[in-house]
Amino acid sequence: MYRTGIEPPERIWWKKVGKHEKVWVWIAFAWCMVLFAMMPLWHVRGGQNPSGIRHRVEPADFQARVLEFVQEYQVGTDNGLPVVEPPPGSDVYLQASQFAWIPVVRLRQGAEYTLHLSSLDVNHGFGLLPLNINFQVVPGYDYGLRIVPNEAGEFHVMCNEFCGIGHHLMVGKIIVVGADEVADADTVAAGATNAAADGDTGPGGDR
Amino acid sequence: MSPFRSCPTTGLQVHRTADQLIKANAIVATVALLVGGVAALLVLLTRWEAVLLLEAEMFYRMLTVHGMNMLIFFEMAVLYFASAVLLNCRVPAPSTGWIAFVLMVVGTLMVEWTMWTGRADVLFTSYVPLRAHPLFYLGVILFAVGALTVVGHFFAILVVARREKTYEGSVPLVTYGAITAAAIAAVTLLHGAIIYIPTFLWSLDMMNVDAQMYRLIWWGLGHSSQQINVAAMVSIWYLLGALTVGAVVLNEKVSRTAFVLYVLFISMASAHHLLVDPGMGPAWKVWNTSYFMYMAVLASMIHGFTVPAGTELGMRLRGATQGLFGWLKRAPWGDPGFSSLAFSIVVFGFVGGITGVTFGTEQINIIAHNTLRIPGHFHATVVSGTAMAFMGITYYVIPLIFRREIAFYRLAKIQPYLFAIGMLIFSMAMTFAGTFGVPRRHWDIGFSQALFQPGFSPTVNLIIGVMAVGGLIAIVGGAIYIVVTVVSVFFGRKMAADDSGLGATGRGLPPGITNPPRALKPEDKEALGPSGRLGPVPGTMVLVLIFLAAFILYYFVNWMLLSFLWEVG
Repeated sequence: MYRTGIEPPERIWWKKVGKHEKVWVWIAFAWCMVLFAMMPLWHVRGGQNPSGIRHRVEPADFQARVLEFVQEYQVGTDNGLPVVEPPPGSDVYLQASQFAWIPVVRLRQGAEYTLHLSSLDVNHGFGLLPLNINFQVVPGYDYGLRIVPNEAGEFHVMCNEFCGIGHHLMVGKIIVVGADEVADADTVAAGATNAAADGDTGPGGDR
Repeated sequence: MSPFRSCPTTGLQVHRTADQLIKANAIVATVALLVGGVAALLVLLTRWEAVLLLEAEMFYRMLTVHGMNMLIFFEMAVLYFASAVLLNCRVPAPSTGWIAFVLMVVGTLMVEWTMWTGRADVLFTSYVPLRAHPLFYLGVILFAVGALTVVGHFFAILVVARREKTYEGSVPLVTYGAITAAAIAAVTLLHGAIIYIPTFLWSLDMMNVDAQMYRLIWWGLGHSSQQINVAAMVSIWYLLGALTVGAVVLNEKVSRTAFVLYVLFISMASAHHLLVDPGMGPAWKVWNTSYFMYMAVLASMIHGFTVPAGTELGMRLRGATQGLFGWLKRAPWGDPGFSSLAFSIVVFGFVGGITGVTFGTEQINIIAHNTLRIPGHFHATVVSGTAMAFMGITYYVIPLIFRREIAFYRLAKIQPYLFAIGMLIFSMAMTFAGTFGVPRRHWDIGFSQALFQPGFSPTVNLIIGVMAVGGLIAIVGGAIYIVVTVVSVFFGRKMAADDSGLGATGRGLPPGITNPPRALKPEDKEALGPSGRLGPVPGTMVLVLIFLAAFILYYFVNWMLLSFLWEVG
């Protein structure tokens, strides 16, 4: 006879499972296997994985790399932050500290970069808006993520890990230049070079 | 005076010390709940951009207070109840019980002091190297030692009960579930000790703590402690089912095996918080986040079947045999114990469970980590699931342990509805807002004072408004709960020793006590007759298939959303 959960069960309670209960357990088990298989499968077939290149790094060393990166590729400033435009395929360094993301980065649509994230002080959170891409930024660790921006526009990096009382002030910027704009810029740049060679003042000669 | 009293309603022999320990723990739990609840209101009214009540610093402080205060003492009361009361046993070491209680209270007071004086604005997780006052960490350690002592005491009670043969055969399923909760608690609290002792020393500048290592071990405490809640909550599901409608256990083997799966695998959940961290590789992440190939998820899917199935079968055996859902129609929806049970199962499963597994998928975590989707998930599990179940059982604990009638019984009857519907709106809106990337733990998503203003679509403001309304409804439900509980315990009409046998009368008593489900007879099973194609519990079978369909849909929609993003890896 059936008993409730507050009564001690019969002496021998290791009994045959009812058919329908068994069916549900097997359905649930099969679903669990699907859930498990999806993750390795996405590593093989999917484009978005949090694997990255992971290393330990001293905060001071990371800061030095960021500084070097900024000096090499800086093209301007935005709200007091350096704007940096690295060539496609290069390593990009983004430094998190209370309460800023440094520098502002300009990337090209469709190009691959390795984005290195680390923190100089406490935990921070990389949150790319409005896309909703999120990674944890941990001091002492360099998280190198290969990224391929697939759309042009202005994106913001907020901090989504509580990092102190100024947490909500911490917003940075990533600009992605569209493939067509890049082509135009290249043409202009090429024209400027030609113009300079001809000793003429053509388009772009005011640079 | 005999150290035992006999419970006139259930006939159980209740040790008076157990009574007192349950009462003390329950009272402190209610106070903590009140403090945490007030903080919840303040946090909610700040995140609602239209109100933005608190200043930034106060907001983060109240968020810390809110996280630390909820749900900390109830488990202890449950452990004493499940062991000493259900097994008719004595509490072997009353003084140890009280020392543990004092340790926990002192630890709590230390933590409260550092938080309220602004010495620990580090949020619940207190990630190193964000620094709090040393007493904050010491308070947590004292609390954990006290809690660990209670767990040890619980196991001692089980040993004594076994040796003194206070029960026959195996322990009841509810106790079995509480044992698994205690086992998980032991593991959890050890993680707490492993991480908080070095962190305490770090706060005194005596050693270094690696930020990633802290996150790994802290979440061994932080997430696993929520799995104590899960195991305790499922035990309470079986308990409430038994008390309110005489729910039966379909198969002890299946239900108990599912509890064992919790113990074996659920501590791996620390990984859920580290899926987009730089310290671990993909193999580690996949293996751990899946709890050993989702075996703990399997356990929850089993309980999600067996609890409603036991309820359905228990009611069918007692004559509620009409159609697929006749039993649901006949169920005592006016019994706050039963309505709490029903809401707890549905919201925990449909909202909390599905979102939890989905967000805990390695890659999908990229679009969930640290967004509002995460608190959306755990308010559905811990609050609408666990807290709701604990609230439901309170309506039985007050008459059975405190020997009082429920005050404002009519309010108590609608309380589960208000709380559950409010929390459902709240957690769903929160989860939905999170899909737009709205961060958790953030004072101002308008970024009004920041260097750049990302700005969210106007839809987000609307969803946040809905979230706030849901939250306010839930807070009203929570406030009613606290008022009803406190007034009942201190001023409720006392139940006379003689008018409280089975079928006790009193206007402030749930029907499970005034009109308890009748005992089953062997003829009941014959009267039920052969079952149809969907088996002996067809209604539940249909419900779990609907659940599975919702699960599959939500899971694959999230993969689709992920696939639209930039390539990253």
